[in-house]
Amino acid sequence: MAYQDEITHMERSELEALQLERMKETLVNCYENIEFYKQSFDEAGFDPYAVESLEDLQMAPFTTKQDMRDAYPYKLFAVPREDVKEIHMSSGTTGVATVSGYTDADIKSWGDCFARGIGYAGGGVDDVVHVCYGYGLFTGGLGAHYGGLAVGAETIPMSAGNTKRQIKVLQSMGSSILCCTPSYAMHIADTAIEMGLDPKKDFTLKAGIHGAEAFSDQFRKNLEEKLNYKVYDVYGLTEVMGPGVAMECDEQDGLHVAEDHFLVEVLDPETHEPVPDGEWGELVITTLTKEASPVVRYRTRDITRIMPGECACGRTHRRIARLHGRTDDMFKVRGVQVFPSQIENVCAAFPEIADWYQIELTREGGLDIATLKIEINPEFPIDEIRKIEELQRRMQQALKDELAVSINIKIVEPHTIQRSEGKAVRIVDLRDEEEK
Amino acid sequence: MIDQLTVFLENTKGRLTSLCRALGDVNIQMHSLALADTTDYGIARIICDDPKGAVAAISEAGFTANLTKVVAVEVPDVPGGLADVLDALDGADVNIEYSYCFADADNGATVAFKVDQSAIAALEGAGFKVLHPEDLYKTAQ
Ligand SMILES: [Zn+2]
Repeated sequence: MAYQDEITHMERSELEALQLERMKETLVNCYENIEFYKQSFDEAGFDPYAVESLEDLQMAPFTTKQDMRDAYPYKLFAVPREDVKEIHMSSGTTGVATVSGYTDADIKSWGDCFARGIGYAGGGVDDVVHVCYGYGLFTGGLGAHYGGLAVGAETIPMSAGNTKRQIKVLQSMGSSILCCTPSYAMHIADTAIEMGLDPKKDFTLKAGIHGAEAFSDQFRKNLEEKLNYKVYDVYGLTEVMGPGVAMECDEQDGLHVAEDHFLVEVLDPETHEPVPDGEWGELVITTLTKEASPVVRYRTRDITRIMPGECACGRTHRRIARLHGRTDDMFKVRGVQVFPSQIENVCAAFPEIADWYQIELTREGGLDIATLKIEINPEFPIDEIRKIEELQRRMQQALKDELAVSINIKIVEPHTIQRSEGKAVRIVDLRDEEEK
Repeated sequence: MIDQLTVFLENTKGRLTSLCRALGDVNIQMHSLALADTTDYGIARIICDDPKGAVAAISEAGFTANLTKVVAVEVPDVPGGLADVLDALDGADVNIEYSYCFADADNGATVAFKVDQSAIAALEGAGFKVLHPEDLYKTAQ
């Protein structure tokens, strides 16, 4: 029995009845206790007391990231301040952060959601959960931590950074489940190998729960190969809760949404109409149990799709596909939409290059220039410029086939692309704001 | 064949200096340095007295480096000396990827060729002196 199997295997009809009941409560709660929702529902002519089906939610207005910024710090809270026990904030790269509050019950639900994912990865009370997501306002660290505690595992709050110490602990403490960003897992693996260790033998990992960044199937394979474990994707966002909103099971074929806590929709990013299951669109989330800061129809800007059909694992909660990027991360080169994951997929097909890359966007003479910086593997015969140029040409062709736009390839030395201890900096946009 | 130290260098200021300094710091002496340039990067091809030690030291220092097998042959110090060497290679249908000259310990002219193994027999058969690792390295590699 894995953690909360009875919930993750609930009959659909029973689950949907539970969702409807909780959704009605959430909508009324938001309307009665949060001024923003009172106004926005009234403006949209949406009556939260008249809701009769899950589909009725489609008449409710959206909540955007800007709405959350405007509500800084406490305007979207639905409970008295004395009931708020914890606060998280998303990094406000543009200045204003978005805030999420948690009551005791919210923290319990959060831990449950992440703990289910640990269960999906075959983890339980006998495991050592090694958490090297950053602790702090970023939800990664504490989300994984609460999950580890909920499932009853031994939980080590390493936080991110100090890679040599991470490696020492991985070697000596019996860590079996590694929770961190995929790029940091790769950094740990590479550093261990550089130190002359063989992580396959010297570590005792069986699973990695890696989220907060999109990563390709090939990147996953490379990681699994290097660390001799199985990699599970996890999805979450501060505005809604944190990691655990959806978690991947052993099938590695989509992430099960914790549907008893969240209602998900996938909408066309431009028309905001629902797309059929299986089609890509923007993920929109309504919380069903969140007490401190519930949200209605939050537009995540994450691109995914509902995976049609049932999962082979037997769990009934619907799955979303691994993220296809964010509407924010998509960038346009000469009018063509590009997802970083597409570039990563191409890179991964070239064993001649290392796992690190960066895209630099510049503008010359009114024209967008995208330059992909890559490192060459030392095993590659670098002595012949002809062979390096041939590699550049093949990569350029592969990128053009995938993206339908030309990308320059620049080969750089290892120190040029910064290794990450948190999120990988994959895109550096040096174009002026108005030119994008 | 001889191990050539091959290093990928970005065309940024001071990068070649850093490379030479990194080698000097571990007491490795260069017999030759040949640079092949493009606008974005260069390839340094180096003959030195401890190629394996050099790869380890400069990889540690953050360079992309490896070893490449080349053939080094002494060129007779007479007019047309190099032409005679090339004739020997052409005669055996040996394809030359690249080559460069350097001075060996006795101040004689030596040429390094990126060629396949068969070049050695062709050159020795024509009476030229092909250098062996012990002629260049300070210790057995
Ligand atoms: Zn499943």
